[in-house]
Amino acid sequence: MGELKLMKGNEAIAEAAIRAGVDAYFGYPITPQSEVIEYLALQKPHETTGMVVLQAESELASINMIYGAAGAGKKVMTSSSGPGISLMMEGLSYIAGAELPCVVVNVVRGGPGLGTIQPAQSDYFQATKGGGHGDYSMIVLAPASVQEMSDFVPLGFDLAFKYRNPVFILSDGLIGQMMEKVELFDFVPRWTEQEIIEKNPWATTGKTPGRERNIITSLYLDPGIQEKHNEKLQAKYRKMKKEEVRFEKIQCDDAEYLIVAYGSSARIAQKSILLAREKGIKVGLFRPITLFPFPFNEIKKMANQVKGILSLELSAGQMVEDIKMAVNEKIKVEHFGRMGGIIHSPAEALEALEQKIIGE
Amino acid sequence: MTEEIIIAGFGGQGVLSMGKILAYSGIMQNQEVSWMPSYGPEMRGGTANVTVILSDERISSPILTEYDTAIILNQQSMDKFESSVKPGGTLIYDGNGISSPPERKDINIYRIDAADEASKMGLTKIFNMIVLGGYLKVKPLVDLKNVILGLKKSLPDRYHHMIPDNEKAIMRGLEIVEPVHILN
Repeated sequence: MGELKLMKGNEAIAEAAIRAGVDAYFGYPITPQSEVIEYLALQKPHETTGMVVLQAESELASINMIYGAAGAGKKVMTSSSGPGISLMMEGLSYIAGAELPCVVVNVVRGGPGLGTIQPAQSDYFQATKGGGHGDYSMIVLAPASVQEMSDFVPLGFDLAFKYRNPVFILSDGLIGQMMEKVELFDFVPRWTEQEIIEKNPWATTGKTPGRERNIITSLYLDPGIQEKHNEKLQAKYRKMKKEEVRFEKIQCDDAEYLIVAYGSSARIAQKSILLAREKGIKVGLFRPITLFPFPFNEIKKMANQVKGILSLELSAGQMVEDIKMAVNEKIKVEHFGRMGGIIHSPAEALEALEQKIIGE
Repeated sequence: MTEEIIIAGFGGQGVLSMGKILAYSGIMQNQEVSWMPSYGPEMRGGTANVTVILSDERISSPILTEYDTAIILNQQSMDKFESSVKPGGTLIYDGNGISSPPERKDINIYRIDAADEASKMGLTKIFNMIVLGGYLKVKPLVDLKNVILGLKKSLPDRYHHMIPDNEKAIMRGLEIVEPVHILN
């Protein structure tokens, strides 16, 4: 068993980055995720693993530092919250277009604009439907515990390098600020220069005689070549949809009603289903772990079993659109969620389920 | 066993660190724990509160609207959280600065004059540990030895010389907590 620690979600992300053998973290502080860079600055990993930790002059700079370092085959990551993530969207689109691996964490706060520093889940569309320009997708992982904040960093890198694609961790202020027990995984050494060359033959590691130059770009002026490139990207996204869907089902076996919720809302919903069952209402919880690829088929299957679905999100209702697409009007699907940094209580969520779904 | 606790008071009273020590104590005895603070502007000089959950099972919501135990350290928090104690639950408060004491008849109420005691002991910094001692007397859910282990884990090394004072404060809290209203 690994070392047990009581940690904030943000600290767990930072510790996991060191342990996962990350080469560099470039970031810019913003509440509610500043503990990530604070923790890294305190731990001084440059003295132990050799990991670089740099506070950039802005989020624009940090995402473009990621672009550069990822192009050289390094394991790199950044984190921010909504306003900073919006600034990074141009860079993320370039990184996706250039097919580079990296991990980006969004510890979501309420918006739009500067909004509030309290938790929200209102960046779902931005994370799962593009955000930046062009036809691109990222794998989006949604941790619901401090343990998953730690575990999803190495998982994120595995997936990022498997697909040569950015991986997004969509967390929020609640999971970021909360402390829980974490079992830390063992240190993974950083790749040596030789290992980088062997594992990432596409990277710009210096041209050797006998092979073509490696070029990192997202610019294809010839529409024919651009379309081919797009087709290649789309094939990659289809593979993700086939192989990378992750989800958790809690008390779904005998459920007559279903709450679908991810991240912090899934934690709240877990309590709601307990309260429901105390009242004799059989409610299950379906928790998407990957928001892209979204578990469409599994939710479609659940629609054959339950009478109605409530989507619980700290937003005006974003994921609910994906659920509706999965269910295709077979059963009733409604959204409930508080906004602007207010967090719905387990009782409030149950009341919404009773009124909007069980109701008539 | 699941114990859902809110600890609420002024920023600077050690509310968050008391919660952290309690959470660490839970880990020491193999429990699941969660610690969810209020964060943001209110931390800077205003009220502070933290929800701590100790459980033998996987913890669901880290944010709650009703609690098994409320530990209340100022009047604002009394106004806000007295009504959030579950019927049959427990409220522990420090009498210092409380102008309207709790009046509910469906919960157990205890008073601990920890602020006064801390200044008598000449150790105002360990006020929160006296309160923690009071809580441990009323709800002996974590072992004292695990609390001391938790204390060691959550305090940085440079403060370890203060552990004996903290221990003394916990012991004092065990002695001075007083029942105000107990359910039959």
